Formats: sequence, structure tokens, C-alpha cells
Amino acid sequence: MIAAGSETPLSAPLDVGFDYTRSVGPVLGRFVNALRERRIVGIRGSDGRVHVPPVEYDPVTARALTEFVDVADEGTVVSWSWAAEPLAGQPLERPFAWALIRLDGADTALLHALDAGSAANVHTGMRVRARWSDEPVGHIRDIAWFVAADAPPDPAPTPPPPPVAEREDGEPVGTIITPIHLRYQHSASPEESRYLRGLAEGRLIGQRCPACRKVYIPPRGACPTDGVPTAEEIELPDTGIVTTFCIVNVPFLGQRIKPPYVAAYILLDGADIAFLHLVLGCAAEEVRMGMRVRAAWRPCEEWSTTLENITHFAPTGEPDAPYENFAHHL
Amino acid sequence: MGKRLAAVLGTGQTHHRAKRTDVSMPGLLREAVDRAMADAQVDWPDIDVVVLGKAPDMFEGVMMPELFLADALGANGKPLLRVHTAGSVGGSTALIATGLVQAGVHRRVLTVAFEKQSESNAMWALSITPPFHMPVGAGAGGYFAPHVRSYLRRSGAPEHVGAIVAAKDRRNGALNPYAHLRQPDITVESVRASQMLWDPIRYDETCPSSDGACAMVLGDEAAGDAVPGGAAWIHATSMRTEPTTFAGRDQVNPQAGRDAAAALWREAGITDPLSQVDAAEIYVPFSWFEPMWLENLGFAPEGEGWKLTEAGETALGGRLPVNPSGGVLSTNPIGASGMLRFSEAAKQVMGRAGDYQVDGARIALGHAYGGGSQYFAMWVVGAGKPHTPS
Repeated sequence: MIAAGSETPLSAPLDVGFDYTRSVGPVLGRFVNALRERRIVGIRGSDGRVHVPPVEYDPVTARALTEFVDVADEGTVVSWSWAAEPLAGQPLERPFAWALIRLDGADTALLHALDAGSAANVHTGMRVRARWSDEPVGHIRDIAWFVAADAPPDPAPTPPPPPVAEREDGEPVGTIITPIHLRYQHSASPEESRYLRGLAEGRLIGQRCPACRKVYIPPRGACPTDGVPTAEEIELPDTGIVTTFCIVNVPFLGQRIKPPYVAAYILLDGADIAFLHLVLGCAAEEVRMGMRVRAAWRPCEEWSTTLENITHFAPTGEPDAPYENFAHHL
Repeated sequence: MGKRLAAVLGTGQTHHRAKRTDVSMPGLLREAVDRAMADAQVDWPDIDVVVLGKAPDMFEGVMMPELFLADALGANGKPLLRVHTAGSVGGSTALIATGLVQAGVHRRVLTVAFEKQSESNAMWALSITPPFHMPVGAGAGGYFAPHVRSYLRRSGAPEHVGAIVAAKDRRNGALNPYAHLRQPDITVESVRASQMLWDPIRYDETCPSSDGACAMVLGDEAAGDAVPGGAAWIHATSMRTEPTTFAGRDQVNPQAGRDAAAALWREAGITDPLSQVDAAEIYVPFSWFEPMWLENLGFAPEGEGWKLTEAGETALGGRLPVNPSGGVLSTNPIGASGMLRFSEAAKQVMGRAGDYQVDGARIALGHAYGGGSQYFAMWVVGAGKPHTPS
């Protein structure tokens, strides 16, 4: 094996996030709209149990449920866990308990935060009451958190609940917003890392399969056709052809290149697989299948371990490759 | 020991819309499930197992949604499985459910697929660029448009054929009370005048983003025999997969699809699909995929699928009506889109397709594909039992 593994694979953060919109439907809708009025409603199941929050379908019979029941905003801790180091976005910034709380009048427990100062102050069977948000909006966080039932009134303001979706004045809440963010550390494989480090030096490094002799760029460390490890490195030129392409005219959320742009499969000379890149340097309608192109590199002082070192591919002006030469790459 | 017979006992689907904000995710599923169970004349105790499918969790931002959907699916105390094969998932979910009956493990299976696209944005979810990569991705349209261009080059198809598909499917959708887009007045000319989104794919040649669900109840031979008016008997099933990219991959006419079709026709005893199949529900999210899949499935020789379309043979009344329900071009709740193809095929042979019924349909194809044309799932259903269950 050539040096793969002799250097640490590259990795970089990948943050993925979206403010999801949840339509609550008729049952959870009743629950969140009651919260806006500082009331808590549950629903009665076929076995007589009162579920809080209300469930849309009976856990026993699967029938749709409709009998709403008001329950108290006071109840009993069924179980709990201490959150010593609160995370961003959680109800409290100071240490708190996640508690399962059976509200008076309910048969099931609601999960919420309990502000108790220290774990020593929390116990199963403890009586607690809701600390309502100063400005309820129709969201589970209208209950800012729970406190001990006998805690003195807390004059400090509560944080605002997360926003709910815009709606007509006076209309009930039908959609809540649920921001979800995933923070990954994305790692490249050892082979891809060598290719990326090559890019940082202005080089294009692929690998050849020992069985089928096909050249892959980026290299994969194994041939997807033969299933064997690939180790032989091949340095490729920065010229090639457009095999096929599309012209992206549509703007969309998260887009990083301003449309219209030509997204093209570029087959480098000597490679057996094309990769997607941009084509500039001529009008979009002049881009052709088989057109000869050359990489346009950023100034070398801007190079890093990314294919974005090549801003785009531009026509070389040479004659197009004949269709027969690349038909098997489509 | 061969497979046991399996049949579709009933089907159901939601009214599909861009935003079904009137219902929750569980409520959306139940709309389809309640219709399927009513159509099949079964109640919850009749259901032995539930098989759920949906496309990437990123679309709704709920990881493992089957867990919180168990109540709505009546799955408490029963086996509940979730299937995931990207856009083909509705089809492969139905096939996993079928296998449970064919294997003799269960008598009646509820199978459900859904997508609530309005909870996020599919273009965003399908265009996330990991570090070190070139951010040129542009959703599914951006992915497939270059391959459509390759098809045009390879087949020499005239440019207006894509518009013929789009106009046909949208007009068919107007006959379907559940369809998302219902455009009885659309024409080939109006499609060709619509905006070019991902050249060569136009706006009107592109599937919508839909909220919706589809459900079916499948059963064994005894259950199928009891269906008033006749069940849809499952004659053949097949699934194949291939990697998204490898050197020399045929992106226009993928090997996995050809292999899946060959195995399907063999099992169904079909030697001439164009003559022997009465209706086809084929996964066509962008118009050009009709001729591409006609070739991949073996209804036409390579390079000639567009001739069937251009000649009107795939329209209602043609030799092989394709997507009489309006297809994915009229309705696209991604995870459910494959199951809609499978269930619409079943409705045709059960004679329950209403205004878009293909007269005398006895044999129908349901087809789905997903990922970068890398997952294929298909079935053949018939009005009668297969002659020799293999």
C-alpha cells in the first residue's frame, strides 16, 4: 500500500440544520392552543386512561380519540434524570432535571424540565407545578419548566418560547416550528485525503484498479466493480471533456452558486469516471457534449484541500471529442 | 417449496397536496390506512404485521419516525418494520410486505408509505454538500437532467416527446380525485412554453412536491379469494440495486433495472411485455423517464421508447397506457410515490380505478426507482391467479 494511512485523514465540520414546520393536526392542535391559554388538556383512551400530551390514536385499539379532558398544571414526579451541563436550546441554561411528571387528572407522564437548583432537591414522588411562560404562543415551551409545588413565586422573566409558524390574526396555531441542527465531523478516507492534499498542491491524483485497470478520481481505496483494494496512484492532467451536463436555472435554499450555471460531468484525460463541476468561459448554450475543457485554478496562495481550488472548467477551443469516444461514460 | 400466493385486498391513499397542514404526520398516514382497510373490508385485529416505508428522514427531520407512528399504525403488540430505499421505497416496502405473505409467515399485512414534504424542503435536503466537495448539486432535477441529455443524444428522440409525456400524465391526473396536480387543459405547447429549470428539463416536466400517503392491505390466498369483485393477485416481484457511480456505469439504462425487469417478466411468464401487459404505472418524476424506462423495462428496444410515447401508445386508449392515474408527475409524496404506482396497478386489475380505468385490464405493472437510478422495485399483478406459482 502506498502511504495511505501514513497521514491523518482530513476531517472538517458539517453542520446541517433546518427549521422544520410541524402541522399539529386536530389533537395536538387542541393541546398547543390550550397551552396558549395556560391550560393543559389530555385525552381519554378506550381504557379510561387520560393521556397527556393527548395522543391522536388509542394505544390499545388504534381508534381515533376525541374526548378531551382538562388536567391540572400541578403533578407528581414519576422519574427524573439530572442534566448537569445543559445544552444550547434546552429549557434552562442552569443545571436542571428532566422529569417525567404525572399531572393531577392524568394517567400518563409528561416529559419536561424541572428547575430545582440541585439534584439533592429532586425526588420521585415530589410535587411540582408548571412555571408558565410570560408570553405563551401555543407551544410545549409555553410551560417554561416545572418548579417544586411549594417554591416561592419567581419574579424573573422566562425566556420566550420558540416561534410558531405565522398565521392569520385570531387563527389557532396549526403549525409549530422545530429547529433541528446536526453537527457532524465529516472525515475523508485516507485515499480521498491524499487526493485532497494533492489538490492543495495543484495536483490531481487518482487511483487505478489492479483488476479492471480503470482510473478513479477521486480515488476510493477500493474498486466498486471488482471489490479489490486500490493502491496505485495516477496523476492526471487538468484537461478533459464534458460528457454530459445540465443548465441549472432554478434557485433553491442553501444554493452556493448563483444560477444560471452549467453543472457538467468532466472526464479528465486518462480517467475512467467523470465528476460534476462547473463550466464557465462560454455562454451556457454553447456548452456541448464532448467539448474539450481545462481547469481554471484559483491563485495558488488560495489553494486548500478542496476541489473548489478549481473554480470551473473552461473550453480549450480544441475540436470536440467524437461521441463514440465517450458514449460508454454516459 | 414454492412461494405461497399473495394478493392485494384493498388500497387507500390521501388527497395529495403541496401542504396538508390540516393533519399531523400520524393523521396523514391514517387517512390512507383507513381508506385501505375500508377498501379491504378488514379491521385492526385482522392485521398481523405493519410494514412502513418512507424516503430520507431529513425530509421531515424525524429520525426513525416509525417509533412515534406506531399508535397511528395500530402496530402496538405487532411486528412493525421500516424500509428505506430512497425514492423507490414505496415499491420495495410493498415487496417486503408481499414476502411476509409469500413466505407463509403472516396472513394479512398492512403496508404504508408516506412523505410530508411540506415539513422541510426536498431541494435543500438533497443538495447538502459535505466538506471538500464542489457545491454543484441541485436536487433531484440537477442530478437527473444530465442523464436525460445523454438519453436524448443516444436515442435521437425529438425534443417535444418529453412534453407529450407531461401533458398526458397531467391530463390523466385530472381524472384522479386524489391527485395533487389536476390540469385537464394542459397541452404539449404549454408544457414546451414553461420555464426551463434544469435544461433540458422544464418546469411542467417536473414532479411536484407533495404531502401524501398510500396504504395497502395484502393477504394470503384465502383472504384473496374472499375479496368481493376479485383481489389483485401478485404474479411476480423483483428488486435490484447497483452503486450510484462506477466506471462504465450506464446511467441512462441501468443494468439493475434491466436485470430486475428480466427477472420480473420471467417469473410472471411474460415473453412480450408490450402485448401482454394491459396497464403500467411507472415511476416517472421527470417526463423523459417514461421513454427511458420503457426501454429499461423491455417494452421497447433501446433507443425506441420515445416512439411509443410519440405515437400515443402510452396514453389512455393506447396500446400500453402508462400512468393512467397521473403518475409521479401529478403526485409526488416521495416515499409514497412508489407504493402509489404499485397500488394503482392493483386498482387497474381490480377494476377500481374509476375514471382512469383501463378497459379490461387483466395484467398490470407497478414500478419504482430511487437514489441515483440505483434501486429498482417492481411487481406484476393480475386479475386472475398466476398459473404456476414459482
